[in-house]
Amino acid sequence: MSFWKDPLKVAADWLMSIFTGWGMPVVAANILIGFLGIFLLIALLMLLDIFLVWVERKVVSRFQDRIGPNRVGPFGLIQPFADIIKLIIKEDTTPGGADKVVYNIAPMLSMMSVLILWAVVPLAPRIIGVDLNIGALYIIAAGAIGTLSIIMAGWSSNNKFALIGAFRQVAVMVSFEIPMLSTLLIPTIFAGSMGLNAITEKQDIWFVFLAPLGALIFLIAAIAELGRAPFDMAEGESELVAGYNTEYSGMKFGMFYAGELLHAFTFGGFWSILFFGGYRFLGLEQVSAFLAIAVILFKAFIGYWIIMWVKYTLLRIRIDHMLGFNWKFLTPLSFTLLMVIALMNALLAGTPTLVYTLGMFLSNVVLGWIALEIARSYSRKEREKMEGMKKVVTT
Amino acid sequence: MTGEQIVFLLVALFTLGSGFMVVTTRNLVHAALWLVSTLFGVAVTYALLNAPFLAVVQVVVYIGAIAILFIFAVMLTRKDMRDQGPQMNSNWWVGALLSVLTFIGLFFLLQGWNGLSKTAADIPSGFDSISELGNALVSPTAYVLPFEVASVLLVAALVGAVYVAFNRK
Repeated sequence: MSFWKDPLKVAADWLMSIFTGWGMPVVAANILIGFLGIFLLIALLMLLDIFLVWVERKVVSRFQDRIGPNRVGPFGLIQPFADIIKLIIKEDTTPGGADKVVYNIAPMLSMMSVLILWAVVPLAPRIIGVDLNIGALYIIAAGAIGTLSIIMAGWSSNNKFALIGAFRQVAVMVSFEIPMLSTLLIPTIFAGSMGLNAITEKQDIWFVFLAPLGALIFLIAAIAELGRAPFDMAEGESELVAGYNTEYSGMKFGMFYAGELLHAFTFGGFWSILFFGGYRFLGLEQVSAFLAIAVILFKAFIGYWIIMWVKYTLLRIRIDHMLGFNWKFLTPLSFTLLMVIALMNALLAGTPTLVYTLGMFLSNVVLGWIALEIARSYSRKEREKMEGMKKVVTT
Repeated sequence: MTGEQIVFLLVALFTLGSGFMVVTTRNLVHAALWLVSTLFGVAVTYALLNAPFLAVVQVVVYIGAIAILFIFAVMLTRKDMRDQGPQMNSNWWVGALLSVLTFIGLFFLLQGWNGLSKTAADIPSGFDSISELGNALVSPTAYVLPFEVASVLLVAALVGAVYVAFNRK
């Protein structure tokens, strides 16, 4: 058990020997080491978050054929620090008639709902906050707290744009939770456990090959949960100023903004953990824990990049279309997919890996094709009805 | 007093205090938010009892769905969030009497119960509570019937809601 294999254990043992050497009881030393671990994780995440601002702005500028931040520091790398200084020295305004306590708690809850997600992220085979056996469900629970923070922000601002934005966002989050939950159950079926570490360890074949449709639905639901374009009518700057965070300024707005970026990155990470093998890549994770962390960060960045790619390519969808898309298409499809996969898993149990993988893959493709055909025939019928109505009007 | 007891007492105080605020605050949205913190306290209690599944389900179902629904309902039906008028009605003494009697009854019942001084047996290592729960829910010797009855009830509620809301044209 060397430092390169399991650095946290070595560090914890070392700290333990120091603390007990000072005459501290073992229980107190354990609690202190636990707090130090949490502090380290959160500090590193916030540091990463600062650079995500730069990453986001640079990537946007690439997609929009601009240069992006390039004045402060090499490649504009110091830009986020300048942004932070600006946010901190900005006047902290509270709108008249706002509910002060709720107004101030909301940004904290928003940030917290993102940070607590990292408690269950397996960064390396033995580097994980808590290996909860209900990890997949925990993601949904943290999302519930995020929903709460948005409705608190929207209501307490005493602003109708903020309230409309919050209503929209909550409607989206509550409804897209359902396809997300049912696609979270797909890796659970394959791994036989809801623990994210167990799911990662089971992925000798990435689950995306077993359930490509599931991975796609999870990505769509995750983007909706994040409230990013094309699901961003909560912010909808062309209609609602800035949605639920309209009235926030300074670092309180910064908390929402940083929380959103870290949330997007986190869901890139979850996508990679659930469907792309997490920290596993060609056995690199066995060499060193640091390599495993590098692998999962790389995969999370790719997921984050895809989420940004979608955000800066697609247009905003109207709220009723989006809810219709969720309730009439995505939810039935994800339920059917879950049933098909559970059935195929039982039918193909014990068959060779190749047959199993091919069977799963083909059943996904066939199901996706059938769903698209049904949607297409329905939309054709609707279009014909509309055209028929137009003819009646013109004649 | 062990650390666990201190944590439990703090959580219980938090839960009860929030519960008290739910019924005393005059602002309806604040009442809903205090309800959220009460439910969260209950979730923490489940977590302290080594029941992480129940804790997470408590957060998902009660905070994520029911409390949000409460807040929505309050915001959609009320123009004024403040509740004027008396907070008690003329039956307050019946409620007080019933709660005192319940307290006395529970007090005497629990005095004769030796479970309070016992310590719980340790969970054997390698015991996966969630897979045990899953098996129990679908096993014919355990809870498959209540489980199915509950799902039929929920489907009936769903169908009823759709029927009521359905716009016949």
